[in-house]
Amino acid sequence: MKLNAKAMRIAAVAAVLGLGSTGAYLVAESAQPKEKVIKITATRFNYTPGEVTLKKGVPVILEFRTLDVIMGFNLPDFGVRADIVPGKVTRLRLVPNKTGTFVFLCDIFCGTGHEEMNGKIIVVD
Amino acid sequence: MVNEINRREFLKLAGIGGVGVVFASALPGMAHAATQDDFYFVQMSDPHWGFEGPPNPDAKGTLKKAVAAVNSLDYQPDFIMFTGDLTHTTDNPMERRKRMAEFREIVSELKARTVRFMPGEHDASLDNGKAFKEFFGSTNYTFDHKGVHFIVVDNVSDPRALIGDEQLAWLAADLRQQKKDAPIVVFTHRPLFDLAPQWDWATRDGAKAVDLLMPYQNVTVFYGHIHQEHHHMTGHIAHHAAKGLMFPLPVAGSQPNRTPLPWNPAEPYKGLGFRGVNAEIKEAEYKLTEYPVVKKG
Repeated sequence: MKLNAKAMRIAAVAAVLGLGSTGAYLVAESAQPKEKVIKITATRFNYTPGEVTLKKGVPVILEFRTLDVIMGFNLPDFGVRADIVPGKVTRLRLVPNKTGTFVFLCDIFCGTGHEEMNGKIIVVD
Repeated sequence: MVNEINRREFLKLAGIGGVGVVFASALPGMAHAATQDDFYFVQMSDPHWGFEGPPNPDAKGTLKKAVAAVNSLDYQPDFIMFTGDLTHTTDNPMERRKRMAEFREIVSELKARTVRFMPGEHDASLDNGKAFKEFFGSTNYTFDHKGVHFIVVDNVSDPRALIGDEQLAWLAADLRQQKKDAPIVVFTHRPLFDLAPQWDWATRDGAKAVDLLMPYQNVTVFYGHIHQEHHHMTGHIAHHAAKGLMFPLPVAGSQPNRTPLPWNPAEPYKGLGFRGVNAEIKEAEYKLTEYPVVKKG
């Protein structure tokens, strides 16, 4: 059987990060995901959108960009985080495995409004 | 294993009026100290000099009141330790240095002969500690005082809230010089454990530092960052957060966002304060052995 190179690359990233059990892992920038892609833009000191609603068990790709300095995306309740680097797209595959409202935040200190830079992921059945 | 501490077990409260409140805490392991002298130090934290806003209408006066309160203590401490966020963050490097100069001028009025500093993320995360070092020196260092080994760990100069592998190696090398029962005090700005990651009250690689400290029997950590008194155990290591000196923050998870608690005109300066730590030599301990008159065969 001929394996799809992109699928292998994604699987390799997940394996290296050891994130399979959390339902989330970083996805290679060049991959072309089939799941729904939700674009989130980080600027000092906001995420747009700041609130994202997902369905439990339905995988999505969170696609991040920053318009200025390096930012972080940290979703502690799912044990996942990523750097959002200027000029690059950061993709994070997430399979929400529990319902509720979960805070995400910038965890790279970025200036005067850093402490208010957060958002919510709402997971529904 | 992680336990909450019953603070009554080890703290006694001594109100001193004004802005300050002193907590006296005995350090574990002092019976093993090489120099058998009690001593006393003060932890001051998070003065956020340069902050302006409704959470503190006396933003330009509170630090000066705290300095006066420390100076009015019956006994001056052996030293004073500022555990970070000396200044409130600014994107302007010139303004950052202006705030540090003003802060340094104000705290120069402290009577205590030795005053030590470490950065918080507001001081150091936007320039990797450059301005802080110009004014206050190294961001991580050690010193010894009357038989206690003190270690200042910088978990803010990297804006990602990392101690970093290089500093962890430095910490490991320093600890290798210590006896396993040596009394050790660690100062950090952020908590070394995951107090509230949703509010960025954590150090990303803090668990690595705790792992390095774990083999040592008498370790106590004092930190700031969360602007409130908090006590926590990771195994046998106690972690004590101090109140701030500009505005109090809410208990983790008690409100949706980590915005400062509002100023209460009926109780001005409520939630602000500093801490006294009394390193007490333990009372003599007697190990008892009972002997019979005649040994059994």
